[in-house]
Amino acid sequence: MTSNFAPFLIFAVGAALVALTRGWSRRVVLVAVPVVGAINLAFLPEGGGTTIQMLDYTLVPIRVDRLSVVFGYVFHLAALIGVLYALHVRDTVQHVAGLLYAGSAIGALFAGDLISFFVFWELTAVTSVFLILARRTDRARRAAMRYLVIQVLSGVLLLTGTLVRAHETGSIGFDSVGLDGPGGVLIFFAFGLKAAFPLLHNWLTDAYPEATPTGTVFLSAFTTKLAVYALARAFPGTEILVYIGAVMTLFPIFYAVIENDLRRVLSYSLINQVGFMVTGIGIGTPLALNGAVSHAFAHIVYKALLFMAMGAVLHRTGRINGSELGGLYKSMPLTTVLCLVGAASISAFPLFSGFVSKSMVLAASLEEGYHGVWLVLLFASAGVFHHSGIKIPFFAFFARDSGIRTREAPVNMLLAMVLAAFVSIFLGVYPWPLYDILPFPVDFQPYTSVHVLAQSQLLFFSAAAFTVLKLTGLYPPELAGVNIDAEWVYRRLLPRAVRRAVAGLAPLDAGLRQGITKGVRRVIGGIGRISGPQGLLARTRTVGGMVGWVIALLVLYLVLNFV
Amino acid sequence: MDDDGRRGIFDTPRNVKAVIYGLFAVCGVLFALDGFIHRHVEHPWESWFGFYALYGFVVCAFLVLAARELRKIVRRDEDYYDE
Repeated sequence: MTSNFAPFLIFAVGAALVALTRGWSRRVVLVAVPVVGAINLAFLPEGGGTTIQMLDYTLVPIRVDRLSVVFGYVFHLAALIGVLYALHVRDTVQHVAGLLYAGSAIGALFAGDLISFFVFWELTAVTSVFLILARRTDRARRAAMRYLVIQVLSGVLLLTGTLVRAHETGSIGFDSVGLDGPGGVLIFFAFGLKAAFPLLHNWLTDAYPEATPTGTVFLSAFTTKLAVYALARAFPGTEILVYIGAVMTLFPIFYAVIENDLRRVLSYSLINQVGFMVTGIGIGTPLALNGAVSHAFAHIVYKALLFMAMGAVLHRTGRINGSELGGLYKSMPLTTVLCLVGAASISAFPLFSGFVSKSMVLAASLEEGYHGVWLVLLFASAGVFHHSGIKIPFFAFFARDSGIRTREAPVNMLLAMVLAAFVSIFLGVYPWPLYDILPFPVDFQPYTSVHVLAQSQLLFFSAAAFTVLKLTGLYPPELAGVNIDAEWVYRRLLPRAVRRAVAGLAPLDAGLRQGITKGVRRVIGGIGRISGPQGLLARTRTVGGMVGWVIALLVLYLVLNFV
Repeated sequence: MDDDGRRGIFDTPRNVKAVIYGLFAVCGVLFALDGFIHRHVEHPWESWFGFYALYGFVVCAFLVLAARELRKIVRRDEDYYDE
């Protein structure tokens, strides 16, 4: 039995039903949509589905292959986790936007041509922005607008690149694109913008921490991983990605150490994790691509778990800055334990999901002789443990007692976190079901004694470094403030430059206006002098004088006529 | 600290100390295990005794100390972008 039902439609219909229902019936719809979607996915036949002829192009709205299916499953899982976590929210905007956003991302996965892909790519932008706007603060509104501008810009790049490429090659197929032509380069930057390439990354650290507690869980799952999927499909083995990815793993960890907003710490750490995937795609061997894809799978789940734990803290305390939190393990013990599972997973502790996925990328980098990159990835692995594995749980739940006394997270939030924690541990202990659905056959054994020992040493000695630095007072304290990053260019430099330019033009403008006004006044004065009551043209003349003048003119005319 | 009748396990300094000593003990054991488990290496540095342990410690210390310096350069007031 096979299904021909477009995955996106299930979410679109679901979103409409959600808008029409209230209370328990809405909750049932919310949970049913991703479940039905996943079942439908299992019955989608491999290969291209129906095609639509539009102008000169053949659109393939549904194309199913191993790469899209593995991302499809984890996107459905993320959607399920997201809606469970948001069940208590009484906000139709968030529920509808969440489902449509997840549905658009899933729709994009199964788009077989670049134009269909573009449509879903833009839909993810316009649906997700409501999850930020739904915070309903002025700060969130401004962040949402910056986010939307950059997301739409990515879509514009993608469409331009697609059309240029269609002109070059005559194809709009969404397969390996490469960087050979200008169209490919534009598409590369479109994907890079949403994958948060270095210097193009600040939309993420700007907007994600400003979204609602439940909205960020959705946001963390889809946009960047859709970009990872797109890169894996269009640019596998593009060597520059190895280095772009390595930089992505490295620089955010420094920012994460000094960032105070714990959801912003997680946003920087998200870029670090996507860096591992981008590096894997750049290496491009079956092992590396399997590593990138499986890491995306594991990452979506444990990242959601960490954002959920921090969202629960924000939901219960109204605070999220490390400098204002601490000691919450007493009030929120279950959230604490679940957060620690997420922390262990992202840190790639043996028996947790990050370990079985990230190690493939590291192994591939060594196999292909990228020794420098391998050292960077190893550094970044220790670094991610440091800020996501230790800093997040430590400053929220332990550190000092902030005096905050609150309640455990709502049941639905705990349920969503338990589901994510279960998946993270299950994949860590028993990775084979995941390995089975990866794009290439897996010939990789994560649990060798050597491998486990190496990773344990790396992590435990990182923890020891944290402890020593904390005890000696060298560890930088959590401080309020903003840390300027590449976004400084468009949030400070450009607005200021525009303001200064306007200010510089003002005297010139004023002078010009004054000159023109003076000129106009002089003309009016002149006219007044000539045709005013005392003016030349207003004087009265005698009839005899006028007749004399007429005769004189006639005589002149006669003379001229005969000359 | 026990305002609502709950005294957390980490309010007792002895327990905190136990965690710290436990961590250092695990580190010691893991370091020593390098002498017993033979490493099949892809990279020459991997065969050095305690490479992963020392690398983890050194890069994390570097990370934190470098981040301290970075903060001096990049940190601004909270309303820096809002003025």
